[in-house]
Amino acid sequence: MGRYVIRRLLQMVPVFIGTTFLIFVMVYALGDPVAAMFGDRTPDPATAAQIRESLHLDDPLWSQYLQYMAGIFRGDFGTAFNGTPVAELMGSAFPNTIKLTLVAFAIEVVVGVGLGIVAGMRRGRLADTGVLVFTLLVISIPTFVTGYLLQYFIGVKLAWAAPAVSSDVAFGELLLPGIVLAGVSLAYVARLTRTSIAENIRSDYVRTATAKGLPRRRVVGVHLLRNSLIPVITFLGTDIGALMGGAIVTERIFNIQGVGYQLYQGILRQNAPTVVGFVTILVVVFLAANLIVDLLYAVLDPRIRYA
Amino acid sequence: MPEITERAPATTDGTAPAAAPEAAAAPRSLWGDAWRDLRRNPIFYLSAVLILFLVVLSIWPSLLTGTSPYACDLGRSQQGPGPGHPFGFTTQGCDVYARTVYGARASVVVGICTTLLAAVLGCVFGGLAGFFGGWWDAVLSRIGDIFFGIPVLLGGIVFLSVIKGGSIFTVVLLMAVLGWPQIARIARSAVISAQQQDYVQAARALGASTPRMLLRHIAPNALAPVIVVATIALGTYISLEATLSFLGVGLKPPTVSWGIDISSAATQIRNAPHMLLWPAGALSITVLAFIMLGDAVRDALDPKLR
Repeated sequence: MGRYVIRRLLQMVPVFIGTTFLIFVMVYALGDPVAAMFGDRTPDPATAAQIRESLHLDDPLWSQYLQYMAGIFRGDFGTAFNGTPVAELMGSAFPNTIKLTLVAFAIEVVVGVGLGIVAGMRRGRLADTGVLVFTLLVISIPTFVTGYLLQYFIGVKLAWAAPAVSSDVAFGELLLPGIVLAGVSLAYVARLTRTSIAENIRSDYVRTATAKGLPRRRVVGVHLLRNSLIPVITFLGTDIGALMGGAIVTERIFNIQGVGYQLYQGILRQNAPTVVGFVTILVVVFLAANLIVDLLYAVLDPRIRYA
Repeated sequence: MPEITERAPATTDGTAPAAAPEAAAAPRSLWGDAWRDLRRNPIFYLSAVLILFLVVLSIWPSLLTGTSPYACDLGRSQQGPGPGHPFGFTTQGCDVYARTVYGARASVVVGICTTLLAAVLGCVFGGLAGFFGGWWDAVLSRIGDIFFGIPVLLGGIVFLSVIKGGSIFTVVLLMAVLGWPQIARIARSAVISAQQQDYVQAARALGASTPRMLLRHIAPNALAPVIVVATIALGTYISLEATLSFLGVGLKPPTVSWGIDISSAATQIRNAPHMLLWPAGALSITVLAFIMLGDAVRDALDPKLR
C-alpha cells in the first residue's frame, strides 16, 4: 500500500506540472496582460515596459513559470492587477464555493444513490422507468437553463426560496443553487448506481447471502451496496473537481461571490494572476480527489491489493 | 436470475425465450446482433427521427422558415406571438422562431465535429497506449492525464477567453482537445482487453503484421465501447457549447446559437419568458435526442444488462 501511494504521488508530479504549465502558457503567452490592464487605451510605452519589468514578463516563459510556481509553494499567488493579493481573493471566494459544493455534493450523493438503488432493485418496473425518464430529462436540460427556470419559478413566482444568495452565504440559501449545481451529476450517479446494482443483484454472492438466511437489510446494505458503489465512488471523486469548476455557471445565476465569480471577473478583465491562481488550485483539488478515490478502492474492495 | 438459454455462438443475447428460434439460427457478429437489437428499440427510432430532423434542419433551415434570423425590427422588441411569428420576438425584435430554427446548425455541427475529432484523437492515442504498453503507455497516459486534469468547462472558459475565439472551428478544436482523454481511456482499456483474446494471440502467432493485427483484429472489437461513450458524449458536447456561448466565450454573433439567445433572454425572463423557453426547449430536445441514441446504442452493444 505504501509503495502504491508513493507511485501514485510520483505519477501526479508530471501531470501537475503539465497541467499548470499548460494553463500558464495559455494565459500568459497568448494574452497580453499589460494591454489588458489598460483596456481599450494604448499604454504609454515607458509605463508598459516598467510593468513588464516588474512582472518579469520579458523573461523566458519557463523562467516565469518557475518563479510563479516557487511563489505558489510559499503561499504567494501573486497580486491581481488592481493590487489585491490573489491569496486574499481566494480566502474570501473559496469558503463560499466549498459550501456550495458541499451542499451540491450531499444532494448528489443522497438523492443520486437513493434513486439509483430504488431503480436498480426494481428493474423494469414503474419506479425504474420513472427514474430513467427523470434522469434523462435532467441530463438533457443544460444547467444554466435549469438554473434560470428554477430561480424564476421557485425564487420569483412561488417565492419559496430567495432568488439570489446574500453576501453571508448561509447554508439554507444554498439549497436551491445546490440543487441546480448537483442536477446533472445527480442524474449520472443515479444511472451509474442503477446499472451497478442491477448487475450485482443477480450475482452469486448475493444469492448466497440470501440463501444462508441473512436479513434483507444486511444483504442489500453490506453485500450488495459495498460492491455496487465502487464505480459510483470513482465518479463522485472525479466529479468534485467538475462541481467546483461548474459552479461558475451556478454562481453567476445566483450571484454567489465564490470561485466562479472571481474567475469570471478575472477572465473578463484578463487578470492573468487571478485566473492562473484559481485554476491551479482547482486542478490540485481535482488531482487530489482522484488520488483519494484510488486509495479508497483498497478500503472498499479487499480484492484489490496494492503491492 | 440467470436463465439458461440456448445461445448461438458469438451472440450475447440471453434473455427472452421468444427470441430463441431466431437466435438459434446463423451465428451473427456483434454488430449484426446490435443492429437487430436497435431495430427493436422504440427509443432508437424516436431519437433517430429527431436527429435526422435536426440534421435536415441544420442543412436547410429555410425549409421551415422563410424569415431570416437577422431580419430584426426594434419596434417589435419582446412582443409575444403573432400571426406569422408563432414564437414572438427577441429584445432586438428578431423572430424567435427563425432564430430557433437557424440555431440548430451551430449545435449539430459543433456536436458532431467535436465528437469525431475527439474520437479520432482518443482512439489513436488510447489505442497506441494500450497496444504497445510500456513507455508508450506511460507517456501517452500521462499526456492524457494532463488534459483530463483540466475540467472541460473551466479549460474552455480560460482558453477561449484568451484566444478570443468565437468561430465554430475554435470551439470544436478546444472541446476536442480537452475531451479526447475520456475516450482515450476507454479505447486503451478496450484494446488491452481485446489484445488478451485468443484470436489476437492466434493472429500474432501466425505472424500477422502490426497494422493488420490492429486494424483487422483489435479495432473492430475495441470499437464498441468507444462508440457508446462517443455517442453519449455528443449530447454533452452540445450542452457544453451552449454553456460556453451562454457565458459569452463560446460562439459569438453573428453565428446564430441557442446558447447566445438563451444568454440574452435570461436577463429578461420576467418580462418575456417566451424568449428563453423556445431556444432552451430546442436545445434540451437536441441533447435529449443524442443521449437517447447513446443509451440505445449502449444497450445494443453492451448486453451485460439484459
